[in-house]
Amino acid sequence: MKTEPLVLGIETSCDETGVGIVRGHTLLADAVASSVDEHARFGGVVPEVASRAHLEAMVPTVQRALDTAGVTLADVDAIAVTAGPGLAGALLVGVAAAKAYALAADKPLYGVNHLAAHVAVDTLEHGPLPEPAIALLVSGGHSSLLRVDDLAGEVEPLGSTIDDAAGEAFDKVARLLGLPFPGGPPIDREARAGDPAAISFPRGLTGPRDLERHRFDFSFSGLKTAVARWVEARQRAGEPVPVADVAASFQEAVCDVLAAKAVDACRTHGVETLVIGGGVAANSRLRAVAEERAAKYGITVRVPRPKLCTDNGAMVAALGSHLVAADARPSALDLPADSAMPLTVVTV
Amino acid sequence: MLVVVVDSATPAVTAAVAALRPDGVEIVAQQVSVDARAHGELLAPGIQSVLAAAGVKPGELAAIVAGLGPGPFTGLRVGLVTAAAFGQSLDIPTYGVCSLDALGWGQPGTVLAATDARRKELYWALYADGERIAGPSVDRPDEVAARATAAGAQRAAGEGAEKYPLGLPAAGPRYPEPAALAALAAERVRGRAPSEPLTPLYLRRPDATLPGQQRKSVLQ
Ligand SMILES: [Zn+2]
Repeated sequence: MKTEPLVLGIETSCDETGVGIVRGHTLLADAVASSVDEHARFGGVVPEVASRAHLEAMVPTVQRALDTAGVTLADVDAIAVTAGPGLAGALLVGVAAAKAYALAADKPLYGVNHLAAHVAVDTLEHGPLPEPAIALLVSGGHSSLLRVDDLAGEVEPLGSTIDDAAGEAFDKVARLLGLPFPGGPPIDREARAGDPAAISFPRGLTGPRDLERHRFDFSFSGLKTAVARWVEARQRAGEPVPVADVAASFQEAVCDVLAAKAVDACRTHGVETLVIGGGVAANSRLRAVAEERAAKYGITVRVPRPKLCTDNGAMVAALGSHLVAADARPSALDLPADSAMPLTVVTV
Repeated sequence: MLVVVVDSATPAVTAAVAALRPDGVEIVAQQVSVDARAHGELLAPGIQSVLAAAGVKPGELAAIVAGLGPGPFTGLRVGLVTAAAFGQSLDIPTYGVCSLDALGWGQPGTVLAATDARRKELYWALYADGERIAGPSVDRPDEVAARATAAGAQRAAGEGAEKYPLGLPAAGPRYPEPAALAALAAERVRGRAPSEPLTPLYLRRPDATLPGQQRKSVLQ
């Protein structure tokens, strides 16, 4: 058993070609090639454009990571790759590449779950994760609450969005306000100059009846519509739209619900550690609200730095390293890319 | 010189170990699995098993030869990223071959090579005594048939020619064969030509369809 395994991780589930190299809990390299600019004019990620970009970026990004870490493929103990969930064609490029690296260099291969990797990446910043932990994963593609009993084995989904992902709501509201894609960073920026209490936007699935059936689920579609109606009413009345106030009030509604449900999950399960991951975890207000609420109940909030929150190869390498150290069984060479990989599966 | 040959431009997922000798190409081991939906699952195990069957270790390889398509994008990329990553891992050159050229290779006379491009279209090229004289292109079967007839094609190779009536007798292989792919790259391998980027022959622009959206048109 290796205590400080050297692992190369590949992530291609969406529009970032990420290659990370990790030794134990130490990050050695985190190379990312993004095709986000090619998607911006469509207001969302175009799968075929992303897949083409992954193919072009794979070899140079792996090389960049190896050079940065100062290691060769012969040095690594294992290759890890996101096997799902994600865009099928995009995942397939990463999985095929990982198999080739594993086969050519005679290394074990670990096909891992993208969401579990979002949790594992925190170990690079804060060391081993206390288990059990509750994880809140929020991005353009996912909004989930998980209970993590064993990062090398068991993850229990507690709830997820029943409509839009949180990051999607940021993108759509940004578009409405004439802000660029992706919408998270510009809304965060605008909101700093606005009043979060200026407009009272709805908090989805927080009413007493919703809490019975959807206690740990999220809904952002109603919020998105409410923001659109509010902005349209202003425009119809010929009044200027207070962008900063709308951004701040919208962001507050999202962060309020996310933090409230995450803290509720910790309390209900008697768990003292909350990990927040995914692109939306980079939102400054979400960190602040979650820390404030959690502190009241003695819950520790762990949020990796923003660059590790978005999709990257380091998170896959981090989970791979954890799996190697835990003596997990490697994946077979006929490992499929699974666009709908269930949350309960950490590795296949 | 030993090379690994891969092609994933058609439903055939092809892996082989070829020995390039001064006097010709010998296929030492090959595995061809026909499954249009499982390129990602089948290719790496295919390479593993041909290496084992040939008794060849990856470190003994001199180069990787890959079919560049044209072909359905998702499967095609599996072959090319596999070949590129293999070449990078082993620090050996990679060489690309137009997959249709492998169908037209070594055939006397004027021959059409055609493979299924889905959406009721064909990827095609024309060959005169094995040399490409038109294509690669993607067109409707009736347009392909007209071009082939005008060029005086006598036969058609490739599974595309079986799927649509093109008015030409079928001849030659259904799928790109490893021996042909290896032969088409042999000069470059033997001459230690510079490694080539494996750029797919897409021939179509990507659909700008967002996930969850309905495809607006089957046209590009
Ligand atoms: Zn993600």
